[in-house]
Amino acid sequence: MSRQQSQIVHGVGVSAGRVIGPVRRMPAPLAAPPEGAPLPEGSSVEEETARLAEATGQVAQRLKERAALATGDARAVLKATALMAADKTLLKSASALVASGTCAESAIWEAADAVATQLSALGGYMAERATDVLDVRARIVAELRGEPAPGIPDERQPFVLLAEDLAPADTATLDPSRVLALVTAEGGPQSHTAIIARSLGLPAVVAARDSQRLAEGQEVFVDGVSGQVIPDPGQAQRQLSEAYARREPLPAFDGAGRLGDGTAVALLANVGSGSDARSAAAAGAEGVGLLRTEFCFLGRDSEPEHAEQVAAYQAVFQAFEGRKVVVRTLDAGADKPLPFLTDAAEPNPALGVRGYRTDASVPGVLARQLAAIAEASRSSTAQVWVMAPMVSTAREAADFAALAAQAGLDTSGVMVEVPSAALLAAPILQRCDFVSIGTNDLTQYTMAADRQLGALAALNDPWQPAVLHLVQATAQGARSSGGKPVGVCGEAAADPALAVVLVGLGVASLSMNQRALPAVAQVLRGVDSHTARRLAQLALHAASAAEARQLVRAELPDLQRFGL
Amino acid sequence: MAERIATIASRVGLHARPAAIFAEAAAEQPVEVTIALEGEPIEEALDATSILSLMGLGAEHGTRVVLRAEGEGAEQALETLAAVLETDHDAQ
Repeated sequence: MSRQQSQIVHGVGVSAGRVIGPVRRMPAPLAAPPEGAPLPEGSSVEEETARLAEATGQVAQRLKERAALATGDARAVLKATALMAADKTLLKSASALVASGTCAESAIWEAADAVATQLSALGGYMAERATDVLDVRARIVAELRGEPAPGIPDERQPFVLLAEDLAPADTATLDPSRVLALVTAEGGPQSHTAIIARSLGLPAVVAARDSQRLAEGQEVFVDGVSGQVIPDPGQAQRQLSEAYARREPLPAFDGAGRLGDGTAVALLANVGSGSDARSAAAAGAEGVGLLRTEFCFLGRDSEPEHAEQVAAYQAVFQAFEGRKVVVRTLDAGADKPLPFLTDAAEPNPALGVRGYRTDASVPGVLARQLAAIAEASRSSTAQVWVMAPMVSTAREAADFAALAAQAGLDTSGVMVEVPSAALLAAPILQRCDFVSIGTNDLTQYTMAADRQLGALAALNDPWQPAVLHLVQATAQGARSSGGKPVGVCGEAAADPALAVVLVGLGVASLSMNQRALPAVAQVLRGVDSHTARRLAQLALHAASAAEARQLVRAELPDLQRFGL
Repeated sequence: MAERIATIASRVGLHARPAAIFAEAAAEQPVEVTIALEGEPIEEALDATSILSLMGLGAEHGTRVVLRAEGEGAEQALETLAAVLETDHDAQ
């Protein structure tokens, strides 16, 4: 088990589904032609220009033929790609390079590069289209060289397609009867891979950086919900993929999380930007349980200006007018270093100056952030709550609450990530308004197991009974402080079976990636409070995380029914 | 020279699909048509049949662009093309 877990490849699940199949890799990307290589020996500018025009015409023609065979989104994408191959402006700038003595391969390479760079600079959606231009370029160069076009392997047996990233011309002709799932090392939720996978109903995992270590032909289990790719799957994974094959469609989330007996469980979303917030609202999220504010700060050398921060927070609040938005203040340090805030030379950054602790080492950044949050909240009817990450004492909770109050924010709380905060939930809640359990860090600190270390993946499991005991302690602390709210905003909340356990332990709200909402809502609907408490007891007293998971899952028939 | 200002209606701007529809429509016109962001100098106007130039404009929903053409049928061509831009191709 531990050996297998250490080899699990983690990415981002962007299209739901669980399947098993052999890995087939996309051919290596085309080797770049040398920069500014001269015209071939004995070839004239005219001949080379004609050769280039011929190649672009051929590629455009072939893409057009493929478009004619495709339907829906795939057809539109292929048509656009065919137009790019035949683009007059691109051909003109490449021909100008040929006229100055460059060979066709290098000329089209350089000309397309300029276009791709321009699109990348536009950011967002257009930046993701830069891949399309580079794909067209590779096809033209392959055509010029007389090599086969780069593309999906031609295999009879259905397979899991593994790639660096997928361009539209690759994904558009995907045959869902032959491709079982998509796994890419790069890409994001808005990349072509994700869009096409969702439109074809293919499970997909993107940003799986370690996927390159999977071997050609190796059997893998792909989980498009959790983002896991597990090599050499065992019995547990086979059952999951079989259940998935027989699944019923999940009903959409109706925007009101509750148990079967009517007990309300608020189902919220974790978001990291205004556009995230809009898609979460569209998915029915009842509010935001975790707004990660790092998106304003990461990748920068200095603190963002007040106005910029205000605008970024407003974009999120606007998506949830009248509803709750819990803003986590800057959580820098450890895996999220920031040059103006954290010390990169710390020997043990996970136990270092991170989260709320940076307020002591670099005072001012937090107060300014709170001021920006407060200003943004004044132009919105969203109920804005603020919470500090990495709090370990009641004193810190009190100090943070005072700082928030000074900024004019009247609801403040803290994250429970450090075991001390779970044990001290009651005294902490005498000094602030709510707590939210961050199960990822709470697990790492409870089990003394580095989150980044694949070898400790079995310890680093939120199903660990010790972690669940700390969740229970937090909920008990909250009850003894007059029933102040306790939520969970870690990955654990997105696991429908674990969600039942968390509710049974006394958690009142669950915040997750919006894609997990329908599954969690459905499974919660299938149990009553009594069952949730009973399953929580089973998990608390299990001998291991695996046993806890197994005992609880066995009691939740909806998991099988919906292939979860 | 005929000129016509159009406002991009597609929700995510002039991205691949609407740009493809527009470039194809531009190629069907009897006159050469250029496109530029409103306020850009005329020398910077781009070939309206080039999908890459269209995407490179970075025109978002609500952006105003200037279409220009010369010769017989120019007015009609610009009307036709403006109508393409002013349709939301992202609406399903």
